[in-house]
Amino acid sequence: MGTVTGRRAAYERARKRRSTVVATVSSLAVVTAIVVLVPKMPRWDRVHESFFNGERFADSLPRLLEAFVLDIKIFAWSLPAIVILALLVAITRNSRSAALFPLRILTIAYTDVMRGVPIILWIYLIGFGVPGLGIDRPWNSPLIWGSVALVLTYAAYIAEVFRAGIESVHESQRAAARSLGLSSWQTMRHVVLPQAIRRVIPPLMNDMVSLQKDVALVSLIGPIEILRQAGIDKSKFANFTPYIAAAAIFLLITIPLTRTTDFLIERQRRRTTGTRIS
Amino acid sequence: MRKLTISIAITGTLLLAACGDSSSSSDTTAAASTGTGNECTNGKTLTADTLTIGTGTPAYSPWVENDKPESKEGFEAAVAYAVAAELGFDDAAVTWVRTGFDEAVQPGKKNFDFNLQQFSINDERKKTVSFSASYYSTNQAVVALAGSPAIGATTVADLKDVKFGAQAGTTSLDFITNVIKPSAEPFAYDDNAGAKAALEAKQIDAIVVDLPTAFYIAAVELTGASVVGQFPASASTTPDNFGLVFDLDNPLVSCVDIAVAALKDNGTLAEIEKTWLADKTNAPVIAVS
Repeated sequence: MGTVTGRRAAYERARKRRSTVVATVSSLAVVTAIVVLVPKMPRWDRVHESFFNGERFADSLPRLLEAFVLDIKIFAWSLPAIVILALLVAITRNSRSAALFPLRILTIAYTDVMRGVPIILWIYLIGFGVPGLGIDRPWNSPLIWGSVALVLTYAAYIAEVFRAGIESVHESQRAAARSLGLSSWQTMRHVVLPQAIRRVIPPLMNDMVSLQKDVALVSLIGPIEILRQAGIDKSKFANFTPYIAAAAIFLLITIPLTRTTDFLIERQRRRTTGTRIS
Repeated sequence: MRKLTISIAITGTLLLAACGDSSSSSDTTAAASTGTGNECTNGKTLTADTLTIGTGTPAYSPWVENDKPESKEGFEAAVAYAVAAELGFDDAAVTWVRTGFDEAVQPGKKNFDFNLQQFSINDERKKTVSFSASYYSTNQAVVALAGSPAIGATTVADLKDVKFGAQAGTTSLDFITNVIKPSAEPFAYDDNAGAKAALEAKQIDAIVVDLPTAFYIAAVELTGASVVGQFPASASTTPDNFGLVFDLDNPLVSCVDIAVAALKDNGTLAEIEKTWLADKTNAPVIAVS
């Protein structure tokens, strides 16, 4: 970034002030329109009662928070497994050795199939199917096999992210490393991967936000986590407010995550590109 | 098959529309004799001269046989047509729509006059939808596969260490948490299909469903399963009284209440119950202390 001084700096400050004012005014206009106009709709009182019922919100919140602990647990034990598996798949797929050709084909098939089929099917198929083969408790737990389904699916997506990162490292880096005498594996481990992973952290954070929400799908095969608990309360009271309460809890986690992601993306952009045109 | 159902529904609606045109020219008192409603329902139905009834998607036996309510086969299909007849609607004046539970209770306009899919009447739900008088009351029952620790249970105490499952959002799941209170947290599923898969995968020992469904699952759907027993109606914190669901404060409710009361009094409901749920109430009683 070049240094900007004097009149030009003053001009840029003025421009920035002006766009802040415009942004504020337009945001206020939109919010006012929503707050004023929506309640004037003919059945707003019914929607209000069904979705924004204070009593139902307060009643459900403690149960939902308790159920949310399970979401956090599934997330916590699935994430490391996903990252490790994804890295292994990505590295295998980028391997250059002729002997590993069958493995490369296998990883291609794996990523294609896992990503091409809806995650819900995997959860049913692995969550009910594998224990159905005759495994006994506690090893037939839907928590275990539901998590396995999540790990297998997400690892396929994230392996592709890692692969993109690995392929974004310029070929000359490998050439330089190899000419210094590093082996193929050492080149990957010490030269390619450190650069690749740094580059893909923002998209990885994005997938983490997505995983955080998809964890709720494990409830399809039994465990009562936050979304299921919200559904139970919804049916009991024929009222959708518990979902709003669950959404609020999700947002508490996902908003900081997405903000951090944006910050990382922005920082990377600043590091790698020049002056910004507004 | 879905397409066929839709085309039948469309043809039906067209026919009805044709009927409607002819009858609308005559005076309103004639409506009763044309088979398109009675004085009470006049002007209160969604579509003039038609009774639009909603049910599940899909609808399950023994409530609706073969997912075809138009066939009048199955307990709820038969009840729906009996109510329609009591209100003065010919079979031809009845149209079916399919909705999920959520669709039936959402705050927007409804696409049915009333909806029946084993909705249990409770006070909380009455704040968002209206219910008719109850057309059926049932008890909760336990279904388990051979070899399950639930087999042979005669009191709730025998079920304490059983791992339970049930359909989410039903009175059955409520019953597990509030009455049986097992030591292990129950699992919940979108529908009974999920609960059955979990039974087969031995992830749960037993499921709780309403008694007619319990018999159907044990007899038809799940080989090796049996009804362990039923709980006395007095055990439920929320008794399972099924009611027809209406849009909140729908004026049609009072007409239907009169019809349901008449069907109860003249024995029609009991007869329908005998036809479709016959011998489906004899299960050993599990004592709740």
